[in-house]
Amino acid sequence: MKSNSISSLRFGTVGFASVLILSVLASVPAFAELKIGLVLERSGKDDKSFNASAYQGVKRAEKELGVTTKTVEAPDNSAYESLQRAFAEKKFDLIIAVGFHQLEAVKKNAARFPDQKFLLVDEDAKAPNVRSVMFEEHEGSYLVGALAALHAKGGKIGFIGGMDVPLIRRFEMGYVAGAKKINPKAEVFSNYLGVTGEAWNNPPKAKELALDQYTRGAEVIFVAAGNSGLGVFDAAAEKQKLAIGVDSNQNWIKPGFILSSMLKRVDESVFDSIKMFKDGKFTTGLIRYGVKSKGVDYALDENNAKLVTAADKKTLEELRADIIKGKIKVPDYYLVQKRK
Amino acid sequence: MLEAFFSSWVLPTLRVSTPLIFAALGGLWCERSGVVQIGLEGFMLVGAFFAAVATPYFSNPYLGLFIGGLAGMILSLLYGVTVLKLRANQIVSGTAINLFALGIPPFLSKIWFDSTGSTPPIPSESQFHSAPLVIMVFTVVGSALIYHYSKIGMRLRFAGEHPKALESAGVSVSWKRWQGVMMSGFLSGIAGGTLSTYLSSSFTRNMSAGRGFIALAAVILGKWKPIPTVLACILFGLTEQLQIRLQGVVLWGVEPVPVQWIQILPYLITLLVLAFAVGRSFAPKGLGQIE
Repeated sequence: MKSNSISSLRFGTVGFASVLILSVLASVPAFAELKIGLVLERSGKDDKSFNASAYQGVKRAEKELGVTTKTVEAPDNSAYESLQRAFAEKKFDLIIAVGFHQLEAVKKNAARFPDQKFLLVDEDAKAPNVRSVMFEEHEGSYLVGALAALHAKGGKIGFIGGMDVPLIRRFEMGYVAGAKKINPKAEVFSNYLGVTGEAWNNPPKAKELALDQYTRGAEVIFVAAGNSGLGVFDAAAEKQKLAIGVDSNQNWIKPGFILSSMLKRVDESVFDSIKMFKDGKFTTGLIRYGVKSKGVDYALDENNAKLVTAADKKTLEELRADIIKGKIKVPDYYLVQKRK
Repeated sequence: MLEAFFSSWVLPTLRVSTPLIFAALGGLWCERSGVVQIGLEGFMLVGAFFAAVATPYFSNPYLGLFIGGLAGMILSLLYGVTVLKLRANQIVSGTAINLFALGIPPFLSKIWFDSTGSTPPIPSESQFHSAPLVIMVFTVVGSALIYHYSKIGMRLRFAGEHPKALESAGVSVSWKRWQGVMMSGFLSGIAGGTLSTYLSSSFTRNMSAGRGFIALAAVILGKWKPIPTVLACILFGLTEQLQIRLQGVVLWGVEPVPVQWIQILPYLITLLVLAFAVGRSFAPKGLGQIE
């Protein structure tokens, strides 16, 4: 039965992809100044998280810089290459690919269209015409890990990851290190939703995982799982506990139950890149956004103003300063992996 | 002790199994009437979407769930027309229904909410607490009774087992099959509704995540009988629950068991049960045959 499901999904996405590609080809404005093509992952611009952030950056550029943008969402991982190519063939000035899943597709298309400029978020394409932007997720996760530990009187906190991939392990490792800095005896429960793309789109399962962690005594759960994160917020509200969101500022989704969000300023990086492109200052190669440039950060707004105290803020700012100074070395899963 | 067991094993397992049970019962009725039903996944997806749209609109989860069921049923009418009226191949049509269903939520959510396939969250005051569990129990008991002891159930079964006999008794086989198809659409729609309004609080893209196919596997594992089918769903729910609980557990004092090993459990258990415990599984004799 499983094979049935897989083959039918495959069929679906191929059909869907071709429709998307056609729509890209059909709706390009004839005379526009600067054309920006944005290719999002399958969780799409409404994931209230990672892709949403990229989309906001592009929309801001549209408003403030007067560029023309076109956004497409990939129905699955096999569609990236053709979606990017459709933009390249239509001579878009800059193609923005969001998410590490797009790495291989960007590499291929960058070689195929050497004059085309690309922006890849979350991976390093190592190609002469690609600007790669990566975030130091472990640093931001370190800060929210410390915040979680400050709010867990019993010393138990949780982590829920989406797909079990190195990127998410990097979040987890930073988070655990941050928690242990505040409370060396802190106990961290950790769960992953799965090993396939479905893991980003399964809120019911995320909710069950979160309920389980809260029942075992976790007081704060940090979730890095795309759309599935919504299930964790539901569980937090149901159990009257706290959760920490990811990528975008998610504090508004369940005010009072979301302690903070680990921001990954994809929107800033996208906007900056477009602005540079417009000003003729676009550079390629790898650019890293860390706590220093506030490319990763924790979110503060009116929704969590009552939750995060002045003392918390002071502690976190001290930690941030120490990371920037190099006094604290946040363990980086990517480096640990390499050493192995 | 008993209470802890109940709240940490029994309830979560039943919760996870709820959508599977609704969908599997729908699939059971349809297949028993002689129509192959691989479109459960599609009905679920559409049901989940409409339930998530209707619940906040009417501030009533029961009505939302019902509308989810209706949406599934309306889609099943399309399936009925293609396979019963136009006699198209049932596997191909079922696949087509699943593909069609994939596109419906993004299309409508774009119009209604300017989003691609997600709905606004359902406010907590119009969320379910545990009512779907109760509805599920009634549906199971009702289905089993109708299946074994009523004329409707008997006739529906004969439509799939021995359509000629039913016809010679003066009953319309085609009408019975329409009933089976509509039933599967309605119950799978409800199954989807429980996903979006009970197990979570909004619709997200492709949220059925293969559960329709797992439900179909449960029908086969349960040998096309109601109670065994429900038990098969609970078995799948239990393995999912095991998978959740066993993650990060330290076994034999060494490193935690790698997550990948835990995650193959549901599939492994299904294979083992299918291969060793069940014995031969007989499909309804007239399944997929339309003359």
